[in-house]
Amino acid sequence: MTQRITIDPITRLEGHGKIEIFLDEHGNVERAILQVPELRGFEQFAIGRPVEEMPRITPRICGVCPTAHHMAATKAVDAVFHVEPTPTARKLRELIYNAFFMEDHTLHFFFLGGPDFVVGPQAPAAERNILGVIGKVGVEIGGRVIRIREDVREIMNYLCGKAIHPVCGLPGGVAKGLDEEHRLKFLETAKAAVEFAEFALQIFDDVVLKNKAYVEIVVGEAYKIKTYYMGMVNGRNQVEFYDGDLRVVDPDGREFAKFKPADYLEHIAEHVEPWTYVKFPFLKKVGWKGFVEGNDSGVYRVAPLARLNAADGMQTPRAQKHYERMYATLGGKPVHNTLAFHWARLIEALQAAERMVELLEDKDITNPDIRRIPTQTPTEGVGIVEAPRGVLIHHYKTDERGLITNANLIVATIGNAAAINMSIEKAAKAFIKGGQISEGLLNMAEMAFRPYDPCHGCGTHALPGNAPLIISIRGHRGELLRQLHR
Amino acid sequence: MVSIMSNAKPKVAFYWCASCGGCEESIVDLAEDILKVVAAVDIVFWPVALDFKKKDVEAMPDKSIAVSFINGGIRMSEQEEMAHLLRRKSQIVVAHGACAHLGGIPGLANFWNKSTIFRTVYHATASTDNPKGTEPQPKTSLDGYELTLPEFWDTVHPLDDIIDVDYYLPGCAPHRDLIINAVTAILEGKLPPKGSVLAPNKSCCDDCERNDSKPDKLQIKEIKRPHEVLLDPKTCFLAQGVICMGPATRGGCGERCINGNMPCRGCMGPTDQVYDQGAKFLSAFASILDANDEKDVERLVDSIVDPAGTFYRFSLPSSILKRKKLEAVK
Repeated sequence: MTQRITIDPITRLEGHGKIEIFLDEHGNVERAILQVPELRGFEQFAIGRPVEEMPRITPRICGVCPTAHHMAATKAVDAVFHVEPTPTARKLRELIYNAFFMEDHTLHFFFLGGPDFVVGPQAPAAERNILGVIGKVGVEIGGRVIRIREDVREIMNYLCGKAIHPVCGLPGGVAKGLDEEHRLKFLETAKAAVEFAEFALQIFDDVVLKNKAYVEIVVGEAYKIKTYYMGMVNGRNQVEFYDGDLRVVDPDGREFAKFKPADYLEHIAEHVEPWTYVKFPFLKKVGWKGFVEGNDSGVYRVAPLARLNAADGMQTPRAQKHYERMYATLGGKPVHNTLAFHWARLIEALQAAERMVELLEDKDITNPDIRRIPTQTPTEGVGIVEAPRGVLIHHYKTDERGLITNANLIVATIGNAAAINMSIEKAAKAFIKGGQISEGLLNMAEMAFRPYDPCHGCGTHALPGNAPLIISIRGHRGELLRQLHR
Repeated sequence: MVSIMSNAKPKVAFYWCASCGGCEESIVDLAEDILKVVAAVDIVFWPVALDFKKKDVEAMPDKSIAVSFINGGIRMSEQEEMAHLLRRKSQIVVAHGACAHLGGIPGLANFWNKSTIFRTVYHATASTDNPKGTEPQPKTSLDGYELTLPEFWDTVHPLDDIIDVDYYLPGCAPHRDLIINAVTAILEGKLPPKGSVLAPNKSCCDDCERNDSKPDKLQIKEIKRPHEVLLDPKTCFLAQGVICMGPATRGGCGERCINGNMPCRGCMGPTDQVYDQGAKFLSAFASILDANDEKDVERLVDSIVDPAGTFYRFSLPSSILKRKKLEAVK
């Protein structure tokens, strides 16, 4: 009998992600897909808006990662007006951006991805959340997580007006500078952030890497897909979040392409399916071949592990050590194991924190020269940053008054949209067999998408827990056979 | 009104519609205060944080939830269903954040309709590769399996277009003090009259630190866009010739944008005396334009490059305009 399993997490960004798993007559998985049932149409209503307002409009695409949209938009607006930020403005933007990365990444580990490991993949759902993590690692640590988040977000609130929907980016600079008093205060926070990121890596080490069973899950075939990887790199091919070239490596780890943000259309296209509101980006020079792995498929991955795979190393010394250790442990580059995204995420959090310290130790960051007034006629511009969830592209064209005539947005999470579908299907096939569907097995399947930190799950990112799910198993006539809540 | 203070802890629900997740983050940003809230109430529904049980909500007696906080505008069929369900089950519904209150930034989509949005997103955008002209469908078949998607509407609605709303918690995202005050008022049963906006009834300018720098008789000879001038961090934006929605906008937001040295864009909506925020700003603004003759007025007005998208940045769906006429959308 044909069955259908619906996993309806009802979590956020461009909507509620919903997983459908179809079983064949033997109760084995035939197909699994993730549907995103929401659209808001920012590309349409950008039209007619003054382009310099985009950094204040596009953050509403996502309230969890508004800083990423704010910064991609700000950089696109720089390009539209043909103006570079002053050196100090650039440092301030990088500070804001690294603070955001650090806060977002560590939050993900403790609140969302971490519980699977720290509490255990097959633990009861009620314990697989931040409270369960605190139960396992201690209340004191829970307090530390809340405090470091608040302190780092204070840097963002101070410089950006609001951490939820920043306002500071202008073409050629930023609206607000930093004084010496705040530089010193934030430097202390940055140093604490480095310690906190190291501490998070230590927990990962103690809980995951020292547990043989977990390591087996991490390196297991169920959580492995071979794809291309895309990430931003600096001039030395090191992982970069704010500004650089995009580099693509093939499934064997060889450089496939390296390009300037302005040339993204030569390399990336988006495929449309009728059953979901999101589009599926792919490598144009390879082509869309469907939801398949390998060198002949244009599917690529983005976000932490993809960035590390696409780069030659990290920018900062402590992060570099962990980078080397990760590849040594997992058998060299590239790593295709999806669960290694969690590890890569913490290594990136450490780089972000180390960069915060570097930027705040530089006294020039208090230089009041933070704006360059644009003088040229606005035309067209591309702004790309690495969002925590991957390459984020904003592209605007304007008339001579700077009013938008065309906008194109490729949002970070959808960079992984095809791969998420493939990962879920592969894990579902591995764990759901002969109609055996237990809650623990479903979580094992669900663990295939959590490493991507999908922004449809932005909300999930927030407080205790997992993507809340309803799982309906139906016969081929649609009758309800069984229902699980978790 | 039914008392919500019984022996048991009051039941509270949170839900989201067409929003970005920022309102959810605003709850998380309560940081340690969130623990006090959690201690005082029984959260029965919060898809972000707790098991999703729509069926459990359906099974609850009507009016058994003390208060539901709903954020986001309504633009999909599924959101409408959830809004009705929560209304039925709740004594109080609070429209949480600018989108539920006014329509919010996603409400700018009301300058267009479904087919123009689809044309842009799925066909015209530069990176879209769609030779077969595929568009998402409410019902499709994939390898013989039927798949459904909720219907996408032409129009974004504020929550009170769809259901009866008791209170409005304004802002994008709401300031933490407003959230704490609202929760406290509900817990203590000290609520203002139904329909109130849970924020001070005064303009953003009243609390603004730059208010003193505003000349007695404000006059604008030249309108500047924020990127065209070095923004003085102490002087009233309007006095600098930069459009700031402060005079037509409710205060209580903590003037966070202005503290970030950028002008107000109106996310708190109008004060109680004003129905239409954009119209209010326009009339206030017209009175400060320093023009000698009609031509001069025309020149100044022309230099406002996007009046609708600026004056109605957050409030188009709840304004007198509501949306661009459907037949006028090409």
